[in-house]
Amino acid sequence: MNYHPQIHPIDQVGVGERASRLFSRSIKKESKIRALKLALSMIDLTTLEGKDSLGKVRQLCYKASHLHDQFSNLPQVAAVCMYPNMVEVAKKALKSSSIKIAAVATAFPSGMATLEAKLNEVKSVVDAGVDEVDMVMSRGRFLQGDYSYVFDEVAKVKNTCGKAHLKVILETGELITLDNVRKASDLAMEAGADFIKTSTGKVKPAATPSVVLVMLEAIRDFYKRTGKIVGMKPAGGISTAKLAIQYLVMVRETLGQEWLTPDRFRFGASSLANDILMQIVKQSTGIYQSINYFSID
Amino acid sequence: MNKTKTLKFDTNWSYSPAPESIDYIELKDRYGLFIDGNFTSSKGGNYFDTINPANEEKLSEVSEANEKDVDKAVQAARQAYEKVWSKMKPSERGKYIFRIARIIQEQAREFAVIESLDGGKPIRESRDIDIPLAAAHFFYYAGWADKLDYAFPGRSTKSLGVAGQIIPWNFPLLMAAWKIAPALAAGNTVVLKPAETTPLTALKLAEVIREADVPPGVVNIITGGGETGKMLVKHPDVNKVAFTGSTEVGKFIMKTLAGSGKRYTLELGGKAANIIFEDAAINQAVEGIVDAIFFNQGHVCCAGSRLYVQESVAKEVISKLKDRMNTLVIGDPLDKNTDIGAINSRMQLEKICKYVDIGKKEGGSIYQPSCTLPEKGFWYVPTLFADVSQSHRIVQEEIFGPVLAIQTFRTVDEVISKANNTPYGLSGGVWTDKGSKLFKVTKEIRAGVIWANTFNKFDPGSPFGGYKESGIGREGGVEGLHSYVELV
Repeated sequence: MNYHPQIHPIDQVGVGERASRLFSRSIKKESKIRALKLALSMIDLTTLEGKDSLGKVRQLCYKASHLHDQFSNLPQVAAVCMYPNMVEVAKKALKSSSIKIAAVATAFPSGMATLEAKLNEVKSVVDAGVDEVDMVMSRGRFLQGDYSYVFDEVAKVKNTCGKAHLKVILETGELITLDNVRKASDLAMEAGADFIKTSTGKVKPAATPSVVLVMLEAIRDFYKRTGKIVGMKPAGGISTAKLAIQYLVMVRETLGQEWLTPDRFRFGASSLANDILMQIVKQSTGIYQSINYFSID
Repeated sequence: MNKTKTLKFDTNWSYSPAPESIDYIELKDRYGLFIDGNFTSSKGGNYFDTINPANEEKLSEVSEANEKDVDKAVQAARQAYEKVWSKMKPSERGKYIFRIARIIQEQAREFAVIESLDGGKPIRESRDIDIPLAAAHFFYYAGWADKLDYAFPGRSTKSLGVAGQIIPWNFPLLMAAWKIAPALAAGNTVVLKPAETTPLTALKLAEVIREADVPPGVVNIITGGGETGKMLVKHPDVNKVAFTGSTEVGKFIMKTLAGSGKRYTLELGGKAANIIFEDAAINQAVEGIVDAIFFNQGHVCCAGSRLYVQESVAKEVISKLKDRMNTLVIGDPLDKNTDIGAINSRMQLEKICKYVDIGKKEGGSIYQPSCTLPEKGFWYVPTLFADVSQSHRIVQEEIFGPVLAIQTFRTVDEVISKANNTPYGLSGGVWTDKGSKLFKVTKEIRAGVIWANTFNKFDPGSPFGGYKESGIGREGGVEGLHSYVELV
């Protein structure tokens, strides 16, 4: 398809100011506890290391469904996220659980492979039974202005996904400008993304407040235009409960109720869960426990 | 799929109250007049209440200065001018002003809470904008005190004498800083009268001035209403009058001072045009509209109260603005999450209500987000009117509240002529991604301050003031210094 992006100018200073104003909301008491639990339920518990082992993934899956058994009434995380060759063991470990399984695909994190190889990889994880596929956008082609190629690639991956949900990673740390972030968000949504995601976690900066705000506004504008609801997943560098709550404020005031659910909003994170758990325990006991009271799987 | 495509901001997760603590705030039951370095009771013995507009409860009572008090204050300022301040080494003067700035910073939280209690503005604004800017003004002009010889190349400066200064209720401490700092730096002494409804931060500033060891009489702060202000303006021993407030009072002052030889600067009303072109960064422009008209409940003389949107994007802009208005938090000014606080006084609330009624009667399409307002106190919901024209009174007259009048336009020339079609000329805003258009439009709008792709930004180094009925003279920057010196 011949895809030409529409231009929606972005004012970087204005975005930064709005983001910091949203981040200055003061979330206390009851609203804090609710936010912490909501954030916990939105986590894609992630391990994406070259040195990952089957054992580590098994541990991660167990942690996903047993976040902190000493404490009752905790939600479970939304999903676990891993490399394709780990899917089988995760499926087995989470057999009787409602936690979703997500796999990165399309030559994560660089995306530097042929389209054929990418589609094969997607097909293999879908066949293995994943619920969600996290693909990486071809940033090189995008920055060259080859929008139609990138559009077709996303559309084909979406087609190959079948029933599995597709998250498109824009890798905003490589897109240089917020104008590009907006353009890439629009492209991914037009091409069929179910979620748009900031980063692989391998490139710095990963999710920044400005980038997330621009993407949320793109989602809002797309919804207003088409009626389609696309989800959002900031990933990379979100390791504290405070930051997670600040992003929830941003979602609440940009998109509203429909997006305040794990079906529409996720955090891609590895160490965030424990910080949230620590805060939840603190809210009920009044004291911070040592991090050693929380399992590190 | 949700076919109506509306966003729901009435979410099942909302913010718990997060009020700023007021436990450590010490307010006296009663304040005297700050004359010649001391708090003294007024000669007439009259006091009036100052209330918290968010709950109508009395905070304290302050003296009403009568003619004798005004005279006493001016005489104290005169003595201090002749004997101390005008003779002091400029670098010494600067030292005192720096000291005031530093103490304001040290007591910033206390100032912010009192400002919100007395005036109704959200703590977010008093904490992040009013108080830091007030300190910044003192810092800025402190630096000029010993550099006056370099301010106006080829000329040297002479101080004027005693400045009588009258300030409004919308930015009480900040306006006091705008007035006092340049006057002192240039070597003048001051008699300042804060607004009737918001005297408390000025009286706290008097305490700071005493703590800074500023020589007695250099700054005198007297409270009272319009009559007290009138006496100060008319006092024969005042050399310069500086006024910020309504155009009506400004005209009275100009008439009163005609032929008196007194210098004056007036910073008056406004009805600023905020112009959004189709090529603007729309999402940020919408935020700019909010900053322009809903900042400080719209109690801002430079508020962007007339919005002009290019017709091709009008639908999108207005729809987004309505969504945004639904996320504004209205209520307790001391809550850290409050975006819109209380209206400053019952009188002002009545004025806003009157204008909204006029707008409705004139046939404008009104929109107000649904929200519950506190039962006590003075409140007004953020409001917009679409489908209005230049002939509507709500487009022509200053409302000084959270009420926006929206018109659309087609061409650049059209919007420039409409923007200029007003008796006022204080400020304006232009939103476009095209640099050339920015320069053309900002150059052709007759207003003292024009913001490009932003709104309501202030800096002590930047001059502020109006054309036409918005006033005369400039405050801030080296131009602000000019208002307090004679060039020789």
